[in-house]
Amino acid sequence: MKVKSPLEVYNFLPRTNCKECGYDTCMSFASHVLDRSAKVYDCKPLARDAEKDPKVKEKLDKLVELTSPEIAEVLIGVGEKALKIGGEEVLHRHELTFFNPTAFFFDVWDTLDDKKIEERCKRVVDYKKFYVGKYLTLDGFAVRCTSNDPKRFREVAKKVASYGKPMVLIALNPECMKSALEEVANQRPLIYAATESNWKEFMKLALDYKVPVTIRAKDLNTLKSIAVTFKSAGIKDIVLDPVTEPLGEGLQGTFERVIQLRRKAILDGDKDVAYPIMITPISAWLIEGDEVTKAYWEAVIAGMFIVKYGDAMIFHSIDQHVVMPTLTLRFNIYTDPRTPVQVAAGLRELNNPGPDDPVFLTTNFALTYYTVENDLNSAKIKGWLLVVNTEGIGVEASVAGGKLTAAKVKEIIEETKIAEKVNHRYLVIPGLAARLQGSIEDETGWKVLVGPIDSGRIKGWMEKNWPPKK
Amino acid sequence: MVAKYKLEDLLELLKNYNVERLEDVKIEGDLEIEIEGGSGVDISSLTALYTLLNEFRYFFYHTSMALNYLQRISTVLGVPSPFQVAPVAPAVAPAPQPTAPPVPELKLPEKLVEAKFEPVKVEYPGYIEEVVLGATRADGGTRDYVVKLGGEKSLPFYIFDKPQPNLPAIAIDVFDRPPSLAKAVKVHYEDVIGSPAEWAKKCVKKFGADMVTIHLVSTDPLLENTPASEAVKVIEDVLQAVKCPIIIGGCGNKDKDPEVLEKAAEVCEGERVMLASATLDMDWERICNAAKKYGHAVLSWTQMDINNQKTLNRYLLKRAQMPRNSIVMDPTTAALGYGLDYAFTNMERIRISGLKGDTDLNFPISSGTTNAWGAREAWMAESPLEGDTPWGPRELRGPIWEIITGLTLSLAGVDVFMMMHPLAVAVLKEIFNTLGGKKKGGIADAGKWITAEV
Ligand code: B12
Ligand code: SF4
Repeated sequence: MKVKSPLEVYNFLPRTNCKECGYDTCMSFASHVLDRSAKVYDCKPLARDAEKDPKVKEKLDKLVELTSPEIAEVLIGVGEKALKIGGEEVLHRHELTFFNPTAFFFDVWDTLDDKKIEERCKRVVDYKKFYVGKYLTLDGFAVRCTSNDPKRFREVAKKVASYGKPMVLIALNPECMKSALEEVANQRPLIYAATESNWKEFMKLALDYKVPVTIRAKDLNTLKSIAVTFKSAGIKDIVLDPVTEPLGEGLQGTFERVIQLRRKAILDGDKDVAYPIMITPISAWLIEGDEVTKAYWEAVIAGMFIVKYGDAMIFHSIDQHVVMPTLTLRFNIYTDPRTPVQVAAGLRELNNPGPDDPVFLTTNFALTYYTVENDLNSAKIKGWLLVVNTEGIGVEASVAGGKLTAAKVKEIIEETKIAEKVNHRYLVIPGLAARLQGSIEDETGWKVLVGPIDSGRIKGWMEKNWPPKK
Repeated sequence: MVAKYKLEDLLELLKNYNVERLEDVKIEGDLEIEIEGGSGVDISSLTALYTLLNEFRYFFYHTSMALNYLQRISTVLGVPSPFQVAPVAPAVAPAPQPTAPPVPELKLPEKLVEAKFEPVKVEYPGYIEEVVLGATRADGGTRDYVVKLGGEKSLPFYIFDKPQPNLPAIAIDVFDRPPSLAKAVKVHYEDVIGSPAEWAKKCVKKFGADMVTIHLVSTDPLLENTPASEAVKVIEDVLQAVKCPIIIGGCGNKDKDPEVLEKAAEVCEGERVMLASATLDMDWERICNAAKKYGHAVLSWTQMDINNQKTLNRYLLKRAQMPRNSIVMDPTTAALGYGLDYAFTNMERIRISGLKGDTDLNFPISSGTTNAWGAREAWMAESPLEGDTPWGPRELRGPIWEIITGLTLSLAGVDVFMMMHPLAVAVLKEIFNTLGGKKKGGIADAGKWITAEV
């Protein structure tokens, strides 16, 4: 965004502190616009006045322009599950943060028989992997027209749409695309792709059906030319595919094109290429080799461009050795480096514990806490979990850094009055905090049991160590 | 009531708001801001504060933090923020306009609007030092070749900005006692696990390592506590067995390592090894002196903290007088899913600082990528959580966990990877050669997937 200080935003606002936006002051609202947690249109008085007064409208438009992200934001799908892609501001995450995680679309093709299609769709829809407090899931489908038959493509698009996830429709033949759009345009799929040879038809499809469109061209002059042409025709929702070549010089060229596109948009402010970027790791399936080689290389291509500017991706493999690492990488790269991920300190009760059940100790780093909580829940262990405020630092680092100490443990024992809830005095600490055993015992008078290094192994540990042998 | 705020207090307070890197802010003079509570406040003082904050905003992760802070101060002190009471320009609503301007009918273009894409070239004033490991006969050693690290003038693999003189190198870990390894890793080393020399040979001959790292873990006082003079015998065997440059690792004990590495430096005289590692809390000077005396490089290891890295590097340069071409940094590697975000960003910031001309940080970077195997996703047989979609065979999950960890960090600027799984080694090599422009050819029709049943 062009503005750098809240004052610059403030100057555009009505400055009445009316609170309609939900913030106490216009200044506070301005700072939230700046960190993108509020939208200009949330200032209702401004929006209302703009409807009546062209001068105010001009001001509003100017403010929207000044505060809009460097890279255009494109919406795919409708309703709650709609995906926002693009909207980025910086080249390196430490300069601010990356905003909209790369969207993952999974391959379904129309020459597959219906049963297999359903199987694949179900696998995508059902997929989940627990990570820091929530389940990571997969975003949507890429429906490919391999039949070149408009009727079949339409039929499959409809079937896939019934799973309720955002879609990319893939066909270079405008006839096929049109046929599918007649069926599912109301789901706001992203269409793929306008090329040097079909751009006219695709331009019309994008306009007629009001859907976002991908432009595909390896030559960046051509890519930009089609984008400029589309923009002049009134198309705003554009995604750029500079063509993912899966191997050798080709892949190196892809890397260069992607970086050049993003740099041009952010460093030079060139709005004609400031669109989300599409990457197709599925291209890895064109290389020679066995399935594992292809799948690995698909994960490699995805990894490269999760780190470097890919906003949407098309995958073929739904195997864990592709999905799990790429999904985790996406989460890591798109974590906001400005906010420590932590949970509230205090006492958690797991599975309705009683006075004889064990008392566990952990830290309030979200990754640590949720891992431990889930391990204990999954293993159906009844117990009390003391969560120490280590300022969002995990076990080992907080022991090393002095954020997890015997004094802190004493404090949490007292604050939570855990002693009144159990009729024993045994505290189970993480294996990685073993060196605190003695000092905690001295400080608190509780007997300290050193648990396993990984909370996933508490169950086995309990079988041998709980209840403690007197 | 008058509240006085010194800039120092302010900076101290800002620390609570996660404002990082204040140490570079130079405070000239003792700026003091007075704020009176109650009515009749001189709000210009807060405005001054705001201006001040605004000037320092580049030190903050985000501008609004400064402002939020200011608003908090005003709330705490019970004074209105200057912006709330600034003269309000009432947005007087004029008579409503009856009609919106007509939307012009768009004519669809018949021809492509020709546009030219001019790529941006990015040049940095600085460069990364080049560090040579190993010495051939010509240089008084017995290695068959040397490995050069660093030398970049642009971001990793941005060969369209500047050629990258040296692609990242890979060193495979060898231990002087049987380590605890993930099963998927162990199977590849079972036959050599008792013999570091055979182990090293396998890494080079079979798995294509550019170098090997021999970790003298048995010197750990909590383990065998092997005396330094005895532990280093293993190094002699390894030097005999392989002719690649080598890296020597200690056990991580801050009292023992300097002694062990000193002895290692001596037995490796002339071979130009890398001594791993010097850390802030050990006698780095002793390690550096040994390195200088026998002509080796030193690994400067800190734990995910750019400022600590800077400090340690300065100690090595200024106090221990290490030559600039003999320092490599390890800013610490965390596994994918277990802190990789911290590791990546820390390294990326270090690399960019180096390229921008920070001569305390422009050294090649090393990564202990084997750490990836610490992630449960890499080694556990199945998810301990019943809600998860089954994790699939761990033989496939493990190596890719190491690959993606390494790949990500290579994009942050790592120059040498210490790793273990042979498949991960092979795939990372392929990636480096590809992005480094060393692979010719490709797939003729990259668009084939669009219509093919892949
Ligand atoms: C990411 C990281 C950081 C991040 C912290 C991010 C965060 N929010 O926590 C940052 C960069 C801030 C950091 C800082 C430091 N770090 Co650090 N860091 C790491 C790293 C790479 C990963 C740690 C991690 O997140 N693990 C994942 C979490 C989920 O693990 P966990 O909290 O331990 O939880 C597991 C177990 O403990 C167990 N568990 C948890 N609770 C419970 C409860 C019970 C009852 C049981 C049985 C089990 C159990 O199960 C959990 C799941 O497996 C490790 C190295 C590594 N690869 O492991 C170094 C590491 C932990 N850090 C280290 C150090 C020294 C530090 C610093 C002191 C460095 C410095 N000089 O500033 C600071 C201290 C920070 C502070 N102020 O307190 C050292 C610790 C050395 C030691 N053993 O003493 C390590 C091991 C690196 C190293 N090899 O030297 N670090
Ligand atoms: S709604 Fe607009 S005018 Fe009202 S407080 Fe919010 S920003 Fe100010």
